[in-house]
Amino acid sequence: MVDPREAVAAVVDPEIRVITIDELGILRAVDRDAATGRVTVTITPTYTGCPAMDVIRADIRRALAAAGHPDADVRTVYSPAWSTDWISTAGRAKLAAAGIAPPLATRDAGTAPATRAGTVVPLTLAVRCPLCGSAETEQVSRFGSTACKALWRCRACREPFDHLKAL
Amino acid sequence: MSSPFDFALALGDDALVAAQRLGEWTSRAPEMEEDVALANIALDQLGAARLLLTYAGELEGAGRDEDALAYLRDDREFRNCLLVELPNGDFAVTMAKLLFLSAYQLPLYSALAGCADERLAAIGAKARKESAYHRDHAALWVRRLGDGTAESHRRMQAAVDQTWPYAHELFAPWPGAPVDPAGLRGDFDAYVGPVLAEATLTRPADGWAPAGGRDGVHTEHLSYLLAEMQVLHRAHPGATW
Repeated sequence: MVDPREAVAAVVDPEIRVITIDELGILRAVDRDAATGRVTVTITPTYTGCPAMDVIRADIRRALAAAGHPDADVRTVYSPAWSTDWISTAGRAKLAAAGIAPPLATRDAGTAPATRAGTVVPLTLAVRCPLCGSAETEQVSRFGSTACKALWRCRACREPFDHLKAL
Repeated sequence: MSSPFDFALALGDDALVAAQRLGEWTSRAPEMEEDVALANIALDQLGAARLLLTYAGELEGAGRDEDALAYLRDDREFRNCLLVELPNGDFAVTMAKLLFLSAYQLPLYSALAGCADERLAAIGAKARKESAYHRDHAALWVRRLGDGTAESHRRMQAAVDQTWPYAHELFAPWPGAPVDPAGLRGDFDAYVGPVLAEATLTRPADGWAPAGGRDGVHTEHLSYLLAEMQVLHRAHPGATW
């Protein structure tokens, strides 16, 4: 029997398949009742309307069953709200390697583009092209292929890319 | 009309009907990026609606879940504001509606985030960040169209003139509610005023202020919207896939 925490932590995000739900920061807890053996997993959505949640719940149950924990309960919590700050360093590196520019520092109310935290004058930080590394990039659309992404374009290598927008 | 159930229901209905209207743009927006943007905003609204209606159902305690509330009520039982049920019109009308809605929802959700009700506070803290994106997006288009060509200016002004009267209902006093919307009007004006000015648009005079949505008295547009939204569920009760 595999440790339930280990099994759940390895579940990948169905929309961004290079990153696990643990690295994405949406896995909040995995608890196993020693008496009954029942596993309770607590997750939180990135966006309230995230359509991947049902698939994620099913994937968690499947991973637990395969690890020898068929009796599992998946709970969804909304507080504290997820923000891109929950994405781990390893997760950010994996996003970048997959051509998705990782999020910048978050801001309070979520007004894009991102600015350097703590400065008096809001300073727009460049999103680096994950393909060629250039900072000469521009936003094409504030909304991208999934709720958590924006569409950007590199002016140096001309490639479009996804940017996981700071929330 | 001041129980926590009524409040959660009204906010949930605002988000649900807004989601349905925005969803109508899917595959019909002026450009691909905008199609994706409007679908994303619709999805955010739907996400907030699901949380709010689920909570409303629990508060009511009559066994109604989010689906029962969304699909099995008639127009007179909906508590959304009239603004969200108005037809989409042209793109300018949709952006005017979105600007007014998001300039109301952002301070509303922000205030909810600090209210005593833990469930509403969690929903507010989550949804406000999404509302900020909606408001930025709408403001960007209102500026671009208002301060654009003569034709885009004319149509953006017409859209603002047409939808402005419906914004007043959003701030009708609601004593005893977790957040009294009347207290949000200042935030709304402080944001919308400069956006309209920057867009070279004229802020309409306050006069006619249609209302009734919170009491279940709607425009003729809502029942058509519900007919489309509810037909599948009513034809196949309890169906899943």
